[in-house]
Amino acid sequence: MRAMVYRGPYKIRVEEKDIPKIEHPNDAIIRVTTGAICGSDLHLYHGMMPDTRVGTTFGHEFAGVVHQVGSSVQNLIPGDRVMVPFNVYCGSCWFCARGLYSNCHNVNPNATAVGGIYGYSHTCGGYDGGQAEFVRVPFADVGPSRIPDWMDEEDAVLLTDALPTGYFGAQLGDIVEGDTVVVFGAGPVGLFAAKSAWLMGAGRVIVVDHLDYRLEKARTFAHAETFNFAEYDDIVVHLKKQTDYLGADVVIDAVGAEADGNFLQHVTASKLKLQGGSPVALNWAIDSVRKGGTVSVVGAYGPIFSAVKFGDAVNKGLTLRMNQCPVKRQWPRLFEHIRNGYLKPNELVTHRIPLEHIAEGYHMFSAKLDNIIKPLIISATA
Amino acid sequence: MTEPATPYRARKNTPPESRDALRARIPGWGVDLDPKDRPSFPREQPGIETGAHWEFPDRQPETQPRELSIEHAMLTPVFGTSAPLKGASGAIRRYAYRTYSEGRAAHWLLLIAADRVDAWENHLKSLATLRPDNPVTETGIGIGSEFSGNGFKSRAGKRVDVNHSWMDPAIVAGLWVLAGVGAVAALRALRGRR
Ligand SMILES: [Zn+2]
Ligand SMILES: [Zn+2]
Repeated sequence: MRAMVYRGPYKIRVEEKDIPKIEHPNDAIIRVTTGAICGSDLHLYHGMMPDTRVGTTFGHEFAGVVHQVGSSVQNLIPGDRVMVPFNVYCGSCWFCARGLYSNCHNVNPNATAVGGIYGYSHTCGGYDGGQAEFVRVPFADVGPSRIPDWMDEEDAVLLTDALPTGYFGAQLGDIVEGDTVVVFGAGPVGLFAAKSAWLMGAGRVIVVDHLDYRLEKARTFAHAETFNFAEYDDIVVHLKKQTDYLGADVVIDAVGAEADGNFLQHVTASKLKLQGGSPVALNWAIDSVRKGGTVSVVGAYGPIFSAVKFGDAVNKGLTLRMNQCPVKRQWPRLFEHIRNGYLKPNELVTHRIPLEHIAEGYHMFSAKLDNIIKPLIISATA
Repeated sequence: MTEPATPYRARKNTPPESRDALRARIPGWGVDLDPKDRPSFPREQPGIETGAHWEFPDRQPETQPRELSIEHAMLTPVFGTSAPLKGASGAIRRYAYRTYSEGRAAHWLLLIAADRVDAWENHLKSLATLRPDNPVTETGIGIGSEFSGNGFKSRAGKRVDVNHSWMDPAIVAGLWVLAGVGAVAALRALRGRR
């Protein structure tokens, strides 16, 4: 089969690989029809995620057709069209039994602090991802769902991570009616978080980013007010002025340890690897939320420590909430919202890139060229 | 004098829009106003239905020794096998996993160091194959490749990776350039001798 393969920082190529095999009785092999590149894949691409090994295939957002199932699989048969949450999880451990799917303890021998994620380094379990023609999906009775007949496959792919993560980010903010919500980051997750904040009753939603084309999307797609932080000397002061000098009730960090911090952070984080990434957005969140407010973190952070302004969080009496999204828990409600027309995920898709050209896709996405927001990967067999 | 700003007294200076105005403007405003309508509420729910029909999963066979965080009590029943440990990078990784917990910076820094070693190991190895690493196509920057059948206008617009754009050529392609310069120098030297 053809598959994207990591060759080292900033280097990937498409090569021939063996079709994955059933390695456990509850595995399924899925033929991928549509995948995606995610902002968090850029941490891998930039070589910032520990234990990202040459030869692995990335891709935790994908949908496809069941090709083969293991002997204990009961809920799927070959030919089913399925969408697969980015979390690999068992459904039965202490954490899964309580709905904390992203914190499963049975799928990642490499670490206990993080669960299993498709195509997201050995730190997340060493699974190959879906930027390929075929992918192994463990616990096929637990993770995947059949794509409803009425659902667009591109919507289904966005439901494997970006939409539920954005929605979950808004939920972690514990929004109450009338709250002023600030979202840092106008990528797909931030845009979905902004949109979801309204569903939860926000009174005002502000999106902050540095790319005008993404802020334009925040206005049209997410009905948000927007600020380009590059235009302000100090975005925190500006946000304070905008909120009656109070600060926002809720701030959502949908950036994570971004690849483009200030120069010093850039050097310590992505070149010397002394930090898990520069936490500029998180520190802005801590600074710009009001006292007693809530900071929700759904941006991707690696396991290496980051320099976070924790003292301010303590002294301001903040609630910090964060996790990887337990994707499948969000699905029933999000399906309803899509059917009702409250959420239209595939409006964010800007590029459809054949698997063979994925190296260009990564380059464009990393450099934010051609007004890219969400690139999908189209398999040759689709 | 203007009214004092909000933090100095109890009332907000600017009240939020009314429910009706928000409903008229935003499709679906307030449908998840009640936290009970939000899917991950409460955070933990015992006895949740997941589709698992096992108390403890079958165990995936360990066909080759699998590295394991020392914070785990046992090898997890399911794991990925995309790139088993090998070479010098494998030795560093094995040492990091055996020696340090996830709480230790040394654990992660060794893994990151091993990643760099791994990239160079594979890069050098590729030079001995029919398909050596190609710094142009693999970084997706090949002029022409971006336009290959996709109509990408990918050179348009302002680049945001300005920090990267001056460092990356050195990191990614620097040694290729050095090798090229070396090769040219060697050819010249040969030619000169002739
Ligand atoms: Zn993702
Ligand atoms: Zn589990």
